[in-house]
Amino acid sequence: MKRAAETNRRPLARHPLVQIVLSRVREFYREPEAVFWAYGFPMLMVVALGIAFRSQPDRPITVDVQSRPGAEAVVKALAEDERFVIHQGDLEECRLRLRMGRTDMVVIPGSESQPKYDYWFDRGRPESMLARNSVDDALQRAAGRTDPVPTAEREMAEPGGRYIDFLVPGLLGMSLMAGGLWGVGFVTVEMRIRKLLKRLLATPMRKSHFLAGVMTSRLLFMVPEVVVLLVFARLAFGVQNQGSVLSVIVLILLGAFSFAGIGLLVASRAKTLEAVSGLMNLVMLPMWILSGIFFSSERFPEVAQPFIHALPLTQLIEALRGVMLEGSSLVGQAGNVAALAAWGGVSFLVALRLFRWS
Amino acid sequence: MPLAIRCANLFKRYEGRPPVDAVRGLDLAVEEGECFGLLGPNGAGKTTTIEILEGLLTATSGDVEVLGMRWGRDDQRIKQRIGISLQETKLADKLSVGETLELFRSFYNQGLEPEEVLRFVSLQDKSGTWVVKLSGGQRQRLAVACALVGDPQLLFLDEPTTGLDPQSRRELWEIIRDFRRRGRTVLLTTHYMDEAERLCDRVAIVDAGKVIALGTPRELIATLGGEHVIDFALAGDGRAPSVAPSQFAALPAVQSARCEADHYSLSVAEPHVALPALLAELSARGLELANLTTRHASLEDVFVQLAGRHLNEEDAPP
Repeated sequence: MKRAAETNRRPLARHPLVQIVLSRVREFYREPEAVFWAYGFPMLMVVALGIAFRSQPDRPITVDVQSRPGAEAVVKALAEDERFVIHQGDLEECRLRLRMGRTDMVVIPGSESQPKYDYWFDRGRPESMLARNSVDDALQRAAGRTDPVPTAEREMAEPGGRYIDFLVPGLLGMSLMAGGLWGVGFVTVEMRIRKLLKRLLATPMRKSHFLAGVMTSRLLFMVPEVVVLLVFARLAFGVQNQGSVLSVIVLILLGAFSFAGIGLLVASRAKTLEAVSGLMNLVMLPMWILSGIFFSSERFPEVAQPFIHALPLTQLIEALRGVMLEGSSLVGQAGNVAALAAWGGVSFLVALRLFRWS
Repeated sequence: MPLAIRCANLFKRYEGRPPVDAVRGLDLAVEEGECFGLLGPNGAGKTTTIEILEGLLTATSGDVEVLGMRWGRDDQRIKQRIGISLQETKLADKLSVGETLELFRSFYNQGLEPEEVLRFVSLQDKSGTWVVKLSGGQRQRLAVACALVGDPQLLFLDEPTTGLDPQSRRELWEIIRDFRRRGRTVLLTTHYMDEAERLCDRVAIVDAGKVIALGTPRELIATLGGEHVIDFALAGDGRAPSVAPSQFAALPAVQSARCEADHYSLSVAEPHVALPALLAELSARGLELANLTTRHASLEDVFVQLAGRHLNEEDAPP
């Protein structure tokens, strides 16, 4: 009876869960490298990708023209349009440049008396296709083609529609995945190697308190990580959230929770850092590729879609894009939210059963 | 006297190729309030035994009772009342001493204040120091502090002083004696015979997974028949001894004699009687002494007598 009374009077700071979370947070912030990788790395990613994929309304189109009779006419026609960067050379040189991706396409002029153009391009490269169509347009117009229907052009430039707007939720999801898996998995295995888990098992500490504490501390580390990424994307690229801030926060917490749970599961039996690294990569690789971080996952074949949609990162990124880009509510994303929560909850429970303490 | 630990016919097999039988039919009865030592060489099964008693391993077969309770049924209640220091635990490097103790304290319903425990192990000045900055001896005292913070009835220490310098060992012994003076029970493993002799009320000598001798250090030494030992070597440049040890066993006041490598050891009740007789015997045989020393018999001699080899082959006494 006395023992029970003691428990009830225990101040909050003395609660094991609080102490476990506190310890994890202290250890994390006393490790400068961990802090850099957690917070600096996502930011570097945004900068690098933001620069690589920044909107370029007048992206230059490189066109090679084979030097032979008729080439002058082609060069003259293309020079009308400032987008074209023209290079002349013999056929072998042009072929090499096309092969190495230095030029987008090659135009082989016909004879001077009878105009005829051979377009040499690569159907697999979008910029090559674009070059072929633009060049063809320019050359046909120069040869006297008139368009039967007048057209006008409008550009899509509203916030939420640019590539960087699409990219940021993807990076956010990716960073939640990597942070959750590495942050939880690595630390847990390291504690196992140091026999600290075994030492903790020898105390009356509840196993669920430990696992929940490790996951909770991961959620806390996530806050600055995510804030850095979103604030930076906002300031540097003007990325805005079209939905409610609260929905985004809920999704971020849910994502962090789920991936921390999966991290715990992955680390539940591994005895070496090498083993856990291998498992992590195995788990993350399909999601890196399939879950639509950099482009929409709908581009993958129809048969693969059920599998892709079963991946937690797909669910998280889709929900984040739904809210941030389309202003959807959490209810609108209920399917993804429920699936994500299930991933986290089930992983936690399975980890609790499988977990090896020594 | 009520028992703090009782275990009977304990077996532990580690499955593998080939399977290893670490503990083979071990019996123990540790009384409340005593400091009990498991003494034996490395690989004798001490750690396996203590980890079964701590509830960290399950026995292949056998019966274990700790503080009158059983693992598998009363785990939480047992854990609330025992304290443990494992053979090697690296506590979190970047937590301070005080933070580490706060963490461990939070797992127990009742216990001591961290500052109180720090005073007890003389680390009160180190409360704010990170674990990584502590010396080996200080870390070991912190490990013991973590074991004490739940104010346990029963303390398990697995090789508490291995790798420590003499000063740190004595400090740790003092902590263990203090704990025992408060009427609490200690079970420790060691492969240092002097540690067992000075610290333990009773000692079980363990070899190959079994208890081969049990008693107070004094009783165990008394089984040798004499409390003194005469070590001597014969001149002859390390040639194989030419005289069988049994020849010396017949001398007055000599209880037993054995021969190792290059010297003889005699267990002797009264050195002042045995020595003149020995010298007379040697001169009668025309043998010359290379050296001779006398000393008190130790648990080491008991182990050698029973197992036929030294506790620590690498740091065997001369």
